Amino acid sequence: MTRVLTASRALSSRLGTTGLVYLALAGVLLVSAVFVAARGASLLTAANTVDLFTRSSLLGFLAIGMTLVILCRSLDLSVGYVAALSTVVAGLTMAGDPSRILLGVGATLGLAALIGLANGLVITRLRVNPFIATLGTGLVIKGYLDTQFQGPAGSIPAAFQTFGLSRIGVFPVSTLVMLVLAVLAVLYLRRTRTGFHMYAVGGDSEVARLSGVRPELPVITAHVLCSVMAGVAGLLLASRFGTGNTLVYNNGYELEAIAAVVLGGTYLLGGRGGVAGTVAGVFILATLDTVFNTLGIDPFVKDVLRGTIVIAAVALYARSQISRTAVRVRFPSGGAPPPAAGPPDPPPSPEPLAQGGKR
Amino acid sequence: MSTHPLLRMTGVSKSFLGVRVLHGVDLELRAGELHALVGENGAGKSTLMKVLAGVHRADSGRIELAGREVSFEHPVQAQRAGVATVFQEFNLLPERTVAQNVFLGREPRRRGLVDERAMERDTARLLDDLGLEGIEPRSKVRSLSVAEQQVVEIVKALSHDARVISMDEPTAALADHEVELLYRIIGRLRERGVGILYVSHRLREIFDLADTITVLKDGHLVDTGPASGTRPADLVRKMVGRPVSAVFPERLEPRGEHVGEVRLSVSGGGNAQLDGIDLQVRGGEIVGLAGLQGSGRTEIAHALFGIDRFTRGGVSVDGLRADPRSPRQAVRAGLALVTEDRKAQGLSLNQSILANSRLVLDAVLPSGSGRRARRIPGILSALELVARGGHHQEVRYLSGGNQQKVVLAKWLATDPGVMVLDEPTRGIDVGAKQAVYTLIRELAASGVAILLISSELPELIGMADRLVVLGDGRVAGELPGGSSEEAVMALATGAPPDGAHESADEDSAGPHRHEEAAP
Repeated sequence: MTRVLTASRALSSRLGTTGLVYLALAGVLLVSAVFVAARGASLLTAANTVDLFTRSSLLGFLAIGMTLVILCRSLDLSVGYVAALSTVVAGLTMAGDPSRILLGVGATLGLAALIGLANGLVITRLRVNPFIATLGTGLVIKGYLDTQFQGPAGSIPAAFQTFGLSRIGVFPVSTLVMLVLAVLAVLYLRRTRTGFHMYAVGGDSEVARLSGVRPELPVITAHVLCSVMAGVAGLLLASRFGTGNTLVYNNGYELEAIAAVVLGGTYLLGGRGGVAGTVAGVFILATLDTVFNTLGIDPFVKDVLRGTIVIAAVALYARSQISRTAVRVRFPSGGAPPPAAGPPDPPPSPEPLAQGGKR
Repeated sequence: MSTHPLLRMTGVSKSFLGVRVLHGVDLELRAGELHALVGENGAGKSTLMKVLAGVHRADSGRIELAGREVSFEHPVQAQRAGVATVFQEFNLLPERTVAQNVFLGREPRRRGLVDERAMERDTARLLDDLGLEGIEPRSKVRSLSVAEQQVVEIVKALSHDARVISMDEPTAALADHEVELLYRIIGRLRERGVGILYVSHRLREIFDLADTITVLKDGHLVDTGPASGTRPADLVRKMVGRPVSAVFPERLEPRGEHVGEVRLSVSGGGNAQLDGIDLQVRGGEIVGLAGLQGSGRTEIAHALFGIDRFTRGGVSVDGLRADPRSPRQAVRAGLALVTEDRKAQGLSLNQSILANSRLVLDAVLPSGSGRRARRIPGILSALELVARGGHHQEVRYLSGGNQQKVVLAKWLATDPGVMVLDEPTRGIDVGAKQAVYTLIRELAASGVAILLISSELPELIGMADRLVVLGDGRVAGELPGGSSEEAVMALATGAPPDGAHESADEDSAGPHRHEEAAP
């Protein structure tokens, strides 16, 4: 079988996209260290490392959930609002009472799961485009929050604030929780039928259906899990603020999470990618933020740089990707006539023009 | 010996939107037998397979599997019952591994988790059984060649313990050495007592492989018989010979200035789907491109128009080297393409007739588009376009025939020198067909070079001055206009020409006719 592999394809096929993302992460760390060193500072001080990990946990929760949804060729634009709602629910349920922590966590995650279920059902049963469906859900939540709450609501007991504030060595507890959940998500995708079927539905839902997969199930599951992860992110925010705060939806978390997922090598149209890459994507974005902070770069310039990097990365992955549909190539190498035994001749020069052109 | 055949279909009929595509077809398949299904484009072969596979439901008729009546409402039901189908389009996920594809939807589990090791082991065993050690269960499907992907489809079918496997044009995309691999696999399957239903356009394969041949024509069963007693030429005769349903307008006296000049010339054209295409069309000439589905007809239209351009060879229009790299360049060079898929590629359905007619003018030839656009109402009325809402009506509300007239008007407004018409009469009524035929004749008479592509052989034969027959992406031969359908089919299927009967019976290798287009 003749396989024409360009150099970049060869590299990506040896490393896999995930390998490529980790390579990019290493590159980003290296370049950042050099830049910071040029300013006479050091990137990997304890303070910077803690900052980097702290940034990564919140985005990590959201991006892990988003990965599942995107793998199914869906999208969730409501995660920022779900996180905001979750801070309020956690604050009000716990009401500063340490004995109500478990109840608060349960109520928050349960509500988030219900929202995810609603998203999934609207998308699969009513066949509403995921973009619109989840945007709608988000706006409903926003409207509710804006009318019902002005300013902080409820309070988080000190015991639960340790989730957001304490750390072991340079590792914040929240980052460790995020990494544990990432490992669980990786196992889920690689070891459960539903995980397998998420890839199948995202890759080609018709193929999945013809193979006996019910295409709705993985999509709904992904949306529920994504919302629950947004709930976890909300819990983290609440524990950091010590109270419920509705205004966190202004931070554009949903788009940042999508950027991290895509940066991590998951194909926006589904069927390809994984949580391992997403984690690297999260760390790349967190590293950039930390570096920009250390260097004191103007926040607007920061956004310009971040946007450019996301676009450049995705363009790079796209280059190394072979067309997803199996195109049947009849004459791959230039179409030597079938009876000819020798090596294929160069294509015949078709027009006398080729020699006759005046120079 | 069981008394029942493995599969028996009796009186299977099926209609789509009132059009009957299968008329009471009977078919029997025995264990270990390869039953070939042949017929022209649109004869109903694929529909019959889809009925068997549970993709479509038959309107009437019985399907019995080993003597028990079955009725499949979903492809998965058919698979569970042991009827597997390898369709023309791949049903694989390119981003997943071979094993993951084979066991999709039925992943084996151990303690609640997917047992990937068992999956890979079983896939490897199935591959080994077929004598295929070259394919790794862990490699991603997209990294496999087309032939290997086909093997994966077959392995997927086998993993269901399929007793009946139907294959729709399995060799359509395979190179010669890959076909041998398929032959070998088919041999193994038959040894195991699997019954194979095989659709192919290539008569050589049919005579290589088949025990029984069934000929379908226009949804009717024409003949069923053992392959050994059939001659290729007889088979071709049974496949063709539809009644001519339309009378074609007479040729007109050419009067345009470009009549007789070579307006379109392709030499040695080739890309991933085509090779060694040599083609010349003169002003005033109608050249028909004949060939079976997938033989490269539409691919030539697309290559000429810069959609999937020729990567080898060259295209000249009116003596100037054109080599269009995009439809825009093609239009500028004087080409027009009436696409096969009117609704998706030819029209902007929710825009008005007028807007659609101006589309190419405004987009590609903005200078002077106003002047040319003034002719559009004239062109539309000359085409006898009937629209209740006038020229501002959205085209989605028009009949197929009237929609096609809008597409034609769009291109006529650009004054093309070369017009490529891909299935211009598909899905339109008889009256509109006549209007299209008349228009083609008039265009030719005015000096336009016309390349006509059609699956309806009578139409091609009746309209074209010359027929270029394609097979497997190459020019299989050329015939004068008015040739018999049999002659065209013989070339297109690679059957030997009349008079060479004897060789087919004694020589299983069969003839493989390719007229090499010598540069």
